[in-house]
Amino acid sequence: MAGSTLEIKDLHVEIEGQEILKGVNLTIKGGEFHAVMGPNGTGKSTLASAIMGHPKYEITKGSIILDGEDVLEMEVDERARAGLFLAMQYPSEISGVTNSDFLRSSINAKRGEGNEIPLMQFIKEMDATMDLLEMDKNMAQRYLNEGFSGGEKKRNEILQLMMLKPAIAILDEIDSGLDIDALKVVSKGINQMRSDEFGCLIITHYQRLLNYITPDHVHVMMQGRIVKSGGPELAERLEAEGYDWIKKELGIEDETVGQEA
Amino acid sequence: MTVETQLPYDRQYVSQYTDGRGEPEWMKNLRLKALEEAETLPMPKPEKTRINNWNFTQFKHDVKGEEIASLDELPEKIRVFVDQGKTGKNLIIQRNHTIAYQSLSEDLKKKGVIFTDLLTAVKEHSDLVEKYYMKDAVKVHENRLTALHAALLNGGVFLYVPKNVVIEEPIQVIFWQEDDEAALYNHVLLVADTGSQVTYVENYISHNTEKESVANIVSEVIANDQARVSYGAVDNFARGTTAYVNRRGVAYRDAKIEWALGQMNDGNTISENLTNLMGDNSYADAKSVSVGRGSQSQNFVAKIVHYGKHSEGYILQHGVMKDQASSIFNGIGKIEHGASKSNAEQESRVLMLSSGARGDANPILLIDEDDVTAGHAASVGRVDPIQLYYLMSRGITQKEAERLIIHGFLAPVVREIPIEAVKEQLTQVIEGKVH
Repeated sequence: MAGSTLEIKDLHVEIEGQEILKGVNLTIKGGEFHAVMGPNGTGKSTLASAIMGHPKYEITKGSIILDGEDVLEMEVDERARAGLFLAMQYPSEISGVTNSDFLRSSINAKRGEGNEIPLMQFIKEMDATMDLLEMDKNMAQRYLNEGFSGGEKKRNEILQLMMLKPAIAILDEIDSGLDIDALKVVSKGINQMRSDEFGCLIITHYQRLLNYITPDHVHVMMQGRIVKSGGPELAERLEAEGYDWIKKELGIEDETVGQEA
Repeated sequence: MTVETQLPYDRQYVSQYTDGRGEPEWMKNLRLKALEEAETLPMPKPEKTRINNWNFTQFKHDVKGEEIASLDELPEKIRVFVDQGKTGKNLIIQRNHTIAYQSLSEDLKKKGVIFTDLLTAVKEHSDLVEKYYMKDAVKVHENRLTALHAALLNGGVFLYVPKNVVIEEPIQVIFWQEDDEAALYNHVLLVADTGSQVTYVENYISHNTEKESVANIVSEVIANDQARVSYGAVDNFARGTTAYVNRRGVAYRDAKIEWALGQMNDGNTISENLTNLMGDNSYADAKSVSVGRGSQSQNFVAKIVHYGKHSEGYILQHGVMKDQASSIFNGIGKIEHGASKSNAEQESRVLMLSSGARGDANPILLIDEDDVTAGHAASVGRVDPIQLYYLMSRGITQKEAERLIIHGFLAPVVREIPIEAVKEQLTQVIEGKVH
């Protein structure tokens, strides 16, 4: 099998009555890394949250299809079990639930009853992955994200990504708040996921992440739409020249769509 | 409707009962005086909880239980509370009003530790018990129920830890109300002498879902200078038992008392946990969790009073409410004049699982001294939808995600329970109650 396909068609999304996404079209296949770039407030994070099913976002038009299945008909947990993953910009803190118990529950939710991951195998995998991400071992027994620094939370999201091995992952500003060393470590983890079985959508407004993770496709988002697509050279030009030339080219004055949640 | 407290147990009954047990004169006098006082004393008045139709009078006072020679003779539902081979060496099992099983390690006996049922203690260590029993912590005449407690006392244990003795292994007691109608007028007296350390864990268990009974429980913890007491409890009376629980500690200079209370009764309950920080540098940490379900009504008070300078008090109350259950959580931090440099902190949180339930968190700080620090946090709310979303985004079902959040919410007490078997049972009780 050559990996999954996520097709987003004419997606319109509202939050509290305000339309943020105004017709997004995007297809991500196994083996492909896509980057969605754009200034703040253009709808990038809304796209990520809408795909995963965040309760605050309402889809008013369009479709999201994963391997022929209607994602919009699925509950959040069903989307995850179908193969989607979102590394969140602001992961929740959950007191009293240890990181390792949470991860094991997540893995077992996907594997299903009667097919739970053997404890020793889980511990080995978790140890190895934490080593790769240069995470302190005691983070396994700490409560989920509670008191984690910004950088620790991001690493923890990538730990989950690597342990859950989704078909399609969306990384929402995984680089924000990371210093250069942490950025390298996180990128190493993401690059290790690369295979024909894994597709990835990287949302960022800095080009610097793309110095470490080379995307196959780059998309620029403005006013709640993808306004320009290209290859890795597009990201380089944005790094060198900023977004103004695109705005000029397309006749856009204000690229935002109100607040970005 | 007036409170029906006319008991079928009179002066003659109490006299015969105490004589029958061969109790010393002081105990008999204390009982009889208490019985007299009970007639005129008012019932306790828990804030915002009506108790006038609760059962305080229907019960059997004296019920024998079968003794056992080994723990293997216990039914499975009780045996699961004991870590066999590990912590089960210092253990008392009280079955109805009989001590069914009792053991204390030779090592602790040699060190002078006394760990025995209260009846034996009043006979064999009469002076020591008399010195502390209902004197410095709970007083007989506080209300009608404390007086009735003193009058009708029919169970309990005495634990005395001599000067500078440090007990590593937890001491465990199981109070098992096996007979559906047996009432526990149960008293725990724990005295930790200067510089001693002890960890104590108790379980209250009954299975009377239909028949009615009463539990009237008083615990007194005396932590003398520099003593450290960790007190863990899992209350698990079934629906038929109306419970009055009064756990109180007194901490003297440099002493430390830590409470971890799993308040899992299914019947109507008043439960008060008070620590008096008498000495300078004394410390109290009072953690409690509870689950309310069905139509039960509960009233919880967690209170720490600071008298000593530099004293520290921390209160944490977490409650989960479902069905039509109703609970009041009062957290009270009181700093008396002169208790300078003291710190009183508290946190009360209530998680509502159904719209028919009621939960009130009332944080109260009463401060009569300028040079102190204090703080409180209180909240009543539902499971956070964003937390649910986060857990579900990893493939966890909504039901399982809620389960994780609820167990996490109650973890502050569960993780403090030092006996694995009891911790496991508390987790299972929570599991059974919230799902």
